[in-house]
Amino acid sequence: MIAPKDETRIGVYVCHCGTNISAVIDVEALAEFARGLPQVALARDYKYMCSDPGQELIKQDIVDKKLNRIVVAACSPLLHEATFRRVAEDAGLNPFLVQMANIREQVAWVTDDPVDALAKAKAHVAAAVRRVSKHEPLERRSVDVTPRVLVVGGGIAGIQASLTLAEAGKEVILVEREPSIGGHMSMFDKTFPTLDCAACILTPKMTAVKDERNIRLLTYSEIESVEGAVGNYKVKVRRKARYISEEKCVGCMACIDQCVFTKPKFPNEYDQGLGLRKPVYMPFPQAVPPVPIIDPETCLQLSKGKCKQNCVEACGERGAVLLDQEDTIEEFEVGAIIVATGFKAFDPSVMPYYGYGRLPNVYTSLEVERLVNAAGPTGGKLVLRDGSVPKRVVIVHCVGSRDKNYHTYCSRVCCMYSLKLAHLVKEKTDAEIYNCYIDMRTSGKGFEEFYNRVQDEGVHFIRGKVGDISLVPPENGEQSNRMTIQVDDTLLGKVRNFDVDMVILAVGLEPQPDTDDVRRMFGMSCSTEGFFLEKHPKLAPVNTANDGVFLAGVCQGVKDIPDTVAQADAAAAKALALIDRGTFELEPNTAVIDEDNCSGCRICNNLCPYDAIEYDEEKEVSRVIPELCKGCGTCVAACPAGVITGVHFTNDQIFAEIEGMLFDAMPDLLAV
Amino acid sequence: MSDETFEPKIVGFMCNWCSYTASDLAGTARMKHAPNVRIIRVMCSGRVDPTFVLKAFSLGADAVLIAGCHPGDCHYQNQNYKTIRRHAMLKYILPQMGIEPERIRLVWASAAEGQILADAIDKLSEDVRKLGPLRWADNWEENGERLEALESIVKEHEEAMEVQP
Ligand SMILES: Cc1cc2nc3c(=O)[nH]c(=O)nc-3n(C[C@H](O)[C@H](O)[C@H](O)COP(=O)(O)OP(=O)(O)OC[C@H]3O[C@@H](n4cnc5c(N)ncnc54)[C@H](O)[C@@H]3O)c2cc1C
Ligand code: FES
Repeated sequence: MIAPKDETRIGVYVCHCGTNISAVIDVEALAEFARGLPQVALARDYKYMCSDPGQELIKQDIVDKKLNRIVVAACSPLLHEATFRRVAEDAGLNPFLVQMANIREQVAWVTDDPVDALAKAKAHVAAAVRRVSKHEPLERRSVDVTPRVLVVGGGIAGIQASLTLAEAGKEVILVEREPSIGGHMSMFDKTFPTLDCAACILTPKMTAVKDERNIRLLTYSEIESVEGAVGNYKVKVRRKARYISEEKCVGCMACIDQCVFTKPKFPNEYDQGLGLRKPVYMPFPQAVPPVPIIDPETCLQLSKGKCKQNCVEACGERGAVLLDQEDTIEEFEVGAIIVATGFKAFDPSVMPYYGYGRLPNVYTSLEVERLVNAAGPTGGKLVLRDGSVPKRVVIVHCVGSRDKNYHTYCSRVCCMYSLKLAHLVKEKTDAEIYNCYIDMRTSGKGFEEFYNRVQDEGVHFIRGKVGDISLVPPENGEQSNRMTIQVDDTLLGKVRNFDVDMVILAVGLEPQPDTDDVRRMFGMSCSTEGFFLEKHPKLAPVNTANDGVFLAGVCQGVKDIPDTVAQADAAAAKALALIDRGTFELEPNTAVIDEDNCSGCRICNNLCPYDAIEYDEEKEVSRVIPELCKGCGTCVAACPAGVITGVHFTNDQIFAEIEGMLFDAMPDLLAV
Repeated sequence: MSDETFEPKIVGFMCNWCSYTASDLAGTARMKHAPNVRIIRVMCSGRVDPTFVLKAFSLGADAVLIAGCHPGDCHYQNQNYKTIRRHAMLKYILPQMGIEPERIRLVWASAAEGQILADAIDKLSEDVRKLGPLRWADNWEENGERLEALESIVKEHEEAMEVQP
C-alpha cells in the first residue's frame, strides 16, 4: 500500500482560451473525461488558464488539494509551458511535474467537427495524464555566459544593435561581409517620410562604430563556423584579404590616384553598376572603415601578376598596400549572437514584360536611389544613360511583391519609397510623374501626410497594374528609347497606354540568397516567405529557436528604417539581458548512461554530433558529458541494451504517452 | 465497425524544432486537416526508438507518422539521417510481423511548412482509411517460425545500427 504522501495526485486544467478552444471542443466533457482517468484528483475547466486568476487557481489547488502533478490542456507548450512550470514552482512543486496537452493549435484550430475534436483532445489529455505520472522532479543546469556579443551584418540594424550594446559597456564583434558597413541605407539620398538626408543620420553612427572602443569591427569578413550553445559560442571569422592594411592605412587615397588605370573603368557594385571605379577603390566616400580595397579580379598584379605597382610606391614608407595579403581566420568566444543580415532587392530581369536589362531606360528603384544621391555616380543629377533629363517618368509599384508568381507578401516600404522618389525626381527634373499602384499603403507615423504632400506637388496616381512596357515604334526611321506603358486602370475601368522616357521599377525586398546557409549556421528556421523565423510572431519577435541567437532588421521580415532601428534595440536589450545576468539555465533533458549496465559496445559513441559521449577505457563503459549533451535523444534510441535514459523523455514516459494517445483503441488499457 | 466508417487512429511523433512547430503553425493559420493523428513531441526525430513504433501498433494504432526537419536541417546537425535508417528498417521488418509497410510514414516538414504537414496528415489518414484497421494485436499468435524471424530481425537491427553515416 502506497503511503498517502507518495500518492500521485494529478490536477487537470482545461482552458477555454476565451472561445478559441471552447467554440470547438466541449471543454466540460473533456474535464469530465479527465476526472475519470487514473490518478486524477481533480479536473477543472476555466476561461483563461494563463491569466492571473487561472494561475492562482492551480497554485491554490496544489496547496489545498495536495496536487503533485499538473496537466494543462490549452495552447502549445512552445507558448506557455514556461508559464505553467513557473506556476508550479511558485506553489512549491518541482516545475518538471507539469505537462501540457496541446488542444488549441493541434486540435481546436485545425478540426471542424466537434465530435472529432473532442476525441482527439481526449487522446492528448489522456497522454499527458499518463506521461506526467511518470515525471520525476528535475533540476535545471546553469552555465556561465561569456559577456560578449557577435553581431552579423553591418546595415543600420547591426550598427544600431552594436552601438546600444557598446553603450551598455559590453564588448561587440561586428562582422560585415562588404568592405564598408552601412548596408542599404547608405545608398539612399533621402529617407521617407521626413526626407532626412540618409548620410546625415547614418554617417555619424558609422563613425561611432569605428571609434567605439567596445566594438571590434571586422569588415570584408564572413562567419566561417559557429560552435557551442547559448552562453558560449565559438565563432570563426574569415577576414578576406583586402590587400590594404586597415591598421596602417590613413585613408589618403594616394594609391587610388596613382593606380596605373588613370580613369575608373570597372562598374562599381555599390553604385549598382551605374558608376565606375578603379581596381583599387573606396566603395563610397563615407565608407567605414575609410580604407580602400583592391579587387583581385581587376587588379593587374593580382589577376595577371604583371603591373608597375604604382599603388605600393604611392603608399611609400607607410607600407599599407599588401599585394601578398592572404585571408586570415580569427576566433572569438561570445555569449549571444544578433543576426542582422538584411535583404536583397528583387531582381526584375526575371519579368521579361518590364524590359529590365533590355530597355536602357528601365531602372530599379535602388539604381535611382544612387542617381539622385549627391554622392552617387552622377553627383546627384538625374539623367538617363544618354545624358538627357527625363520629362515623363512612370513608377511601377509592387514589382516582385503581391504577385503570386514571385512573392505574395507586400514589401511594406515600396509605396513609401516610391513617393519619396517621385518627390525627389520631380524636384530635380520637374518631370511629369505617374505612379501605377495596386493599393497605396501608407500606414505609419507621418506617412499619410507625406502621401498627401506628394499628391499636392502634382504627382499623378493611376490605380492599376502595369501589364507591359515596350519601345515606341520608330518615327521617321529613328528609334528612340521612349517607351509605351500599358496599364489596366481599375478606376476608369479601361486599359490605358501612355508614353514615358523613364521607368522606375519599385522592386520588393526579398531574403538574401545565402539565407539557407546562414540559417543553418546559427540553428534557425525560416518562415514561409523565407525570412528568418522569430520564436513567436507577437511575444518573442526578436528571439529565435536558438536561445542565444536574436534577430534584427529586414532579415526577420520586411520593414522600414524606423522599425529596423526599434527592433535592433530590442535585440540588443535581449542579448544584454542574457549576458548581463552572467548565467543561463539549461533544460535538464540530457542523456544519462547507467554505467553499471553499459556493455561498452560503443554504438552510441559515434552517433553523437557533439562528441558528448566519452568512453572510459578502464571501466569499458561510455559516459555522457552533460555540459556538451544537447538532449536530442538519438543515442537513447540506439542503445541496444536500453541503458541510456533520455531525461524527461524516458522510454517509460513516451510509452505512457503512447498508451494515453490510444486510450480509445484499447478500452481496458487505462483501467489498469 | 464497418470499414466505411472506419477512422484510423494514428500516432505522430514530431520533433520539437521543425515539425511540431509546423503543426502549431498549421493551427495558427487555421489549416484544417484530418483529426486522426495524435501528436507526441520529441526533441528530435532521432529520438524515435523503433520500439515506440512497435508499441503504438501493439496498442492499437492503425499507423504511425514520424515527422522531422528536412535532411540537413536537423537542430542537432544530422540526427534525422538516423531516423531515415530506422524508418527504412521498420519498413522492412513490419511486413514480417504482418503489418503493411504503408502504415509507417516519415515526412519532413520545416517550421514554415504547416501546409505540407497538414497535407501529409490528410494523405496518410486517407491512405490508412483505405487500408482498413490493423488487427495486429488480435491476429498475433506465437509460433516457432515467428520467433525465429524476430530473432533475425533483432540481429539485423543491431547490425543496422552499427552502420555509420
Ligand atoms: C529602394 C529602397 C528605398 C528605401 N528607402 C527607404 C526610406 O526612405 N526610408 C526607410 O525607412 N526605409 C527605406 N527602405 C528600407 C530600408 O532599406 C531597410 O529598412 C533597411 O535598410 C534595413 O536595414 P538592415 O540593416 O536590416 O538591412 P541591410 O541594409 O540590408 O543591411 C544588412 C547588412 O548585412 C550585411 N550582410 C548580409 N549578409 C551577411 C553575412 N552573411 N555576413 C556578414 N554580413 C552580411 C550586408 O552586406 C549589409 O551591409 C528602402 C528600401 C529600398 C529597397
Ligand atoms: S530536430 Fe528535427 S529532426 Fe532533429
